[in-house]
Amino acid sequence: MEKIIVVDHAKCTGCRLCELVCSVVHHGVSNPEKSRIRIIKWESEGVYVPTVCQQCEDAPCMNACPQKAIFRDADTDAVLIDYSKCIGCRFCVAVCPFGAMVYNSAEKKVFKCDLCGGNPQCVRFCDVKAVSFAPAEKISYDKKRITAEKLHSGKLYAAL
Amino acid sequence: MPLDRKIAYIDLTTGKVEIRPIPIEIRRKFLGGRGLDAYLLYNHTEKGVDPLGPDNVLLVSAGLLVGTLASATARTHFMAKSPLTGLLGSANMGGFFGPELVWAGFHHLVIKGKAEKPVYLWIHNGKIEIRDATKLWGKTTTETQWAIREELGDEEIKSAVIGPAGENLVRYANVMTGIKNAAGRTGMGCVMGSKNLKAIAVRGTMDLKIAYPIEALEYNKGFIEHITSAKVNQTQGTLGTPFIWGATNSWGGVRVRNFQYNQLDYADDVEPESIDDIATKTVGPHHMAGCFACQVHCRARYRIPDGPYKGKYDEGPEYTSIGAFAGEPECRSAVTVLTGNHLVNQYGVDNLEIGSLIAWAMELYEKGIITQKETEGLDLRFGNDEALLEMVHRICLRKGWLGNVLADGGVPASQKIGKNSFDYLIQVKGMSNLHSDERPTPALALNVATASRGSDHLRSRPAIDLYHLPEEVLRKIYSTPIPYDGPLSSEHTSYEGKPWQVFWQENCYMAVDCLGICKYHTVFLGATLPNFEDWPKVIYLNTGLEFTPKELWEIAERCNNLERLFNLREGLKRHDPVKGDTLNHRYFDEPCRRGAPDVVGLKIDRDKFEKMVDEFYAYHGWDKEGVPTPETLKRLGLENEPSHLL
Repeated sequence: MEKIIVVDHAKCTGCRLCELVCSVVHHGVSNPEKSRIRIIKWESEGVYVPTVCQQCEDAPCMNACPQKAIFRDADTDAVLIDYSKCIGCRFCVAVCPFGAMVYNSAEKKVFKCDLCGGNPQCVRFCDVKAVSFAPAEKISYDKKRITAEKLHSGKLYAAL
Repeated sequence: MPLDRKIAYIDLTTGKVEIRPIPIEIRRKFLGGRGLDAYLLYNHTEKGVDPLGPDNVLLVSAGLLVGTLASATARTHFMAKSPLTGLLGSANMGGFFGPELVWAGFHHLVIKGKAEKPVYLWIHNGKIEIRDATKLWGKTTTETQWAIREELGDEEIKSAVIGPAGENLVRYANVMTGIKNAAGRTGMGCVMGSKNLKAIAVRGTMDLKIAYPIEALEYNKGFIEHITSAKVNQTQGTLGTPFIWGATNSWGGVRVRNFQYNQLDYADDVEPESIDDIATKTVGPHHMAGCFACQVHCRARYRIPDGPYKGKYDEGPEYTSIGAFAGEPECRSAVTVLTGNHLVNQYGVDNLEIGSLIAWAMELYEKGIITQKETEGLDLRFGNDEALLEMVHRICLRKGWLGNVLADGGVPASQKIGKNSFDYLIQVKGMSNLHSDERPTPALALNVATASRGSDHLRSRPAIDLYHLPEEVLRKIYSTPIPYDGPLSSEHTSYEGKPWQVFWQENCYMAVDCLGICKYHTVFLGATLPNFEDWPKVIYLNTGLEFTPKELWEIAERCNNLERLFNLREGLKRHDPVKGDTLNHRYFDEPCRRGAPDVVGLKIDRDKFEKMVDEFYAYHGWDKEGVPTPETLKRLGLENEPSHLL
């Protein structure tokens, strides 16, 4: 079953270990600028939101690429870049609605989340599970349960 | 590589900036962070330097491992001669400033001189610019940070700033970053204010190369599991440091009414669980936040639930917020604690110091040493929440006679107030004690009396002494990396073996302060947490530098001795009531009145205390006056200090 990275931003403690781990895994360096996952913060409100590629089904980056350099991996379903075809035009950066495609001006290359080959390290290191890696269907089912529980206990009506 | 991070010398008088590499031999001797800062302070100041004059230096550093994969590598350290104590000034903070400084290319800043008008430093990818801060002057700590982001157009900028307290030269003003991360103690924000330095803004996108990335990653995974497996850290991650205050209050180890009592009764509203409820209701069930790369996440997010500041967002509170705004003034309101915490964060002032000094003033008021004449009509009695918070405003803004006097710190204030006010001032080396009562715990009493920055719990406290651990467990911890076969006692009221524990902890905390790691990740509150045996590997994998546990111990000893040399140069004398390794007479004369049965009636035995100090000095290789012997200096390679190598 195809898995996706799911963000539950309410659980994020804002520590940014995911950014550190991602840049070390992919580049051997500590540098959040090179992380595929980024925590966007509203510090004055205490709100922290992890942002990462959603590996879209109808991926704008893939559609926009004039070189057909962006493809879907058969094993992990991750949207990947074939650097032998990429010409660095950055159309993909422009069209991505999540800001998940990033241009590295030092290396003159775009980069994005590759799901670490099916074992995303950001998820592995996130102790509080603000990011998790799960099948999309399972996520929908779990959400149904949460809503059902609220209905069952009357909390949903109370909230309404 | 962490080793390629530079040192910058910034002269605010001339505007000159000089950037240099840090030689490897210096690293091997002082490691980085607080240790190397101690070297720089001793080398870049003259004896008797005015703490508020242009010749005092402000040292800012990110520890050797900051930004690397070593778990909670977030700490930024500040050092200068303290305007509060006239001795060593030193404080460190978590948050995200330290890693950003490292990504901007720097480990150490040496800030000298005084700017003509308010300025801030803008440090960006190897470049340092001094910018006008006229528009920032007067702003609170968070207003300043957001204004800098707006001015420079980058939401990711991290700044270390002062608030109005620092501008007004409150002697214990702190340096802050984010909402509540503070380099709290010894008035480092006052030093910034004296230099007209409103803020240091950093932004970095430079690679920090990890020596062995994959190995470091895997080692870190185990390290995190090790750290988060400790029950104490799990509790910290749920309730934050208020849990320590609650636990300590339960047996009678906190200070109430300026040391008249050692337990706050009817404290339900300020218990950690009550504070946690407020955070849950105002922010949500997942309200804990973490510093950079830390999985302990001990910082709560909350909104003030009631009162004149209702709805304001803040973070914390900490042990010291409850001590300052509940225990010491004998107030019992969570709203007061959360409001007080918000005020000190916005003004940028040490909550520990301000809470202690207000409680001291309350006792003076109770005893008639000060009256409504000095308080200008304020009914400064214990338990008066409004008067307590009003005093915070008055001190930070230097408003009114008493506010202005207390802003100068306890010892100068006692001289102005006169009579026997000094007798009631609970301080060591001119700095107020933590809101805890060390009379039942000789080890902790020795720690506060001898800590290098004045009374303090984060320099040498063997906090695990309270756990009554079996002797063999204590022996396992305290006999590495240096063999120790002297006495060790599981009994917290004992005087046996305690000097060695304090000596060991002093070296342990110095090592983590050099590395830039949080103390919750070492043997502070958790006996099982990493120490000298674990660090060589993590240093090696991240930096490529090889050390043995014994070498790290020796570095820590060297740096502690440098701090001692600085203090001696600036007037520390063993038995001096203001600048000595001493305690307020109440520790020896007045027994604990509340608490657990084995606490009531306890006080510190003066003779046994002096013997502990003797023994503690002996472990250091210091003479009876606490001065390092020539042999000790030679053994540690300090015989030629100041050596002016950096």
